[in-house]
Amino acid sequence: MRQDHLITAKQLSRDDIEAVLDRARAVADDPAAYADRHAGRVLALCFFEPSTRTRMSFDSAAKRLGMNTIDMGDVDSSSVSKGESLADTVRVIEGYADALVLRHPSEGAATLAAEHVETPVVNAGDGAGQHPSQTLLDLHTIRENHGLDDLTVGIMGDLKYGRTVHSLAAALTEFDANQHFISPESLRLPRSVRFDLHETGAQIREHTDLDGVLPDLDVLYVTRIQKERFPDENEYHRVAGEYRIDAETLEDAAEDLSVMHPLPRVDEIAPEIDGTDHARYFEQAHNGIPVRMALLDTLIENAEAPEGPEVDR
Amino acid sequence: MSDHELRVSKIRNGTVIDHVEGGQALNVLAILGIDGSEGLGVSVVMNVPSDRLGRKDVVKVEDRELSQSEVDVLSLIAPEATINIIREFEVAEKNRVTRPDSVTGVLSCPNRNCITNAGEPVETRFDVVADGVRCDYCSTILRTDIAEHIDV
Ligand SMILES: [Zn+2]
Repeated sequence: MRQDHLITAKQLSRDDIEAVLDRARAVADDPAAYADRHAGRVLALCFFEPSTRTRMSFDSAAKRLGMNTIDMGDVDSSSVSKGESLADTVRVIEGYADALVLRHPSEGAATLAAEHVETPVVNAGDGAGQHPSQTLLDLHTIRENHGLDDLTVGIMGDLKYGRTVHSLAAALTEFDANQHFISPESLRLPRSVRFDLHETGAQIREHTDLDGVLPDLDVLYVTRIQKERFPDENEYHRVAGEYRIDAETLEDAAEDLSVMHPLPRVDEIAPEIDGTDHARYFEQAHNGIPVRMALLDTLIENAEAPEGPEVDR
Repeated sequence: MSDHELRVSKIRNGTVIDHVEGGQALNVLAILGIDGSEGLGVSVVMNVPSDRLGRKDVVKVEDRELSQSEVDVLSLIAPEATINIIREFEVAEKNRVTRPDSVTGVLSCPNRNCITNAGEPVETRFDVVADGVRCDYCSTILRTDIAEHIDV
């Protein structure tokens, strides 16, 4: 991967993805070999939106590479609340760190940030846009369990605002994967995501109901349907209830179906699934460490490589 | 519009943008960033009968020759427009507008949650796609209502 930043899953080729996942596998196999790799370097965690999970995952990944991390803290206590622009904020923080991880409530924030700094930027979620590092760990999880070809994936829940969904769907077009999208009508994939999928000629189908498609799936990727997306609470409970998974739902599933979820879940997946062979979501979360280590390692390596003609690969 | 009427407002040097879709003349000026403060002679004719368009607008800008890249942005709201470069009362060049690859700083993003609507020091940038334009920042696609999002 000769990328300077990771902003969207759309920028990643199959080779890029496999290179990071190969490295993640190497990291997982021999973490000690990476422990001091980036000693003395600093990762800045810039979270303009509350997040504990992703922030901790990057923090841990950086420290396991020997890096230190700095955190701008909560938004309401930082200069952002004093009205500083994102463009200014990242230009200042660039001077403090060797790489930046950014989460921001506005779509396009990471694109903007990357235009203003030389330091590698990782998009850790921009509004309802993209969340490509999550996608890498999702793909790693799928690859370790099923491989990434001849794959049928169902993605269910909030497909409209779900940034993990938008990134995963884009990345899967690089592989031989059939994609099924299961959601209430009001939370279908946004037009721009469908546009990209059609452009790549990807095999996609949209459904409002899981039943018909479940038996064909190798992977069922569940996302949370949020209350805020519905004008009234009764409507939310009615709709969300139709997209919940329990043991009974999975009776018709393939034996080796993997159920995934970017977490945190609320009640989309019944706890009774946790103990079954279908449950992959904790493994998936744990994969965030080697994958983010591999990603940071790759981006820092690229940033420090001498400028030269790009290697054709 | 008869020949006679055309002659009345003939300009010596400059650009005549003809066959603009009826009602879009002021948007054409907005896209070109012309608001009168430049001191250029500008005349606008709106909603006159046209064989091709039913009704059309015509915009004339004196003493300024618009470049192809400037006028190509007009293709988004006036795809049929013709651009006549006038020198000494004669049509020196006649061109159609062609769709540009991208549009910078002209449109505002319809997505309220886009970072370009958050007071950041950046110009908007849209890719021109098959049937509309697409925000480079948030990927939102704008299809039919482009004129409503002209931001100048
Ligand atoms: Zn936008």
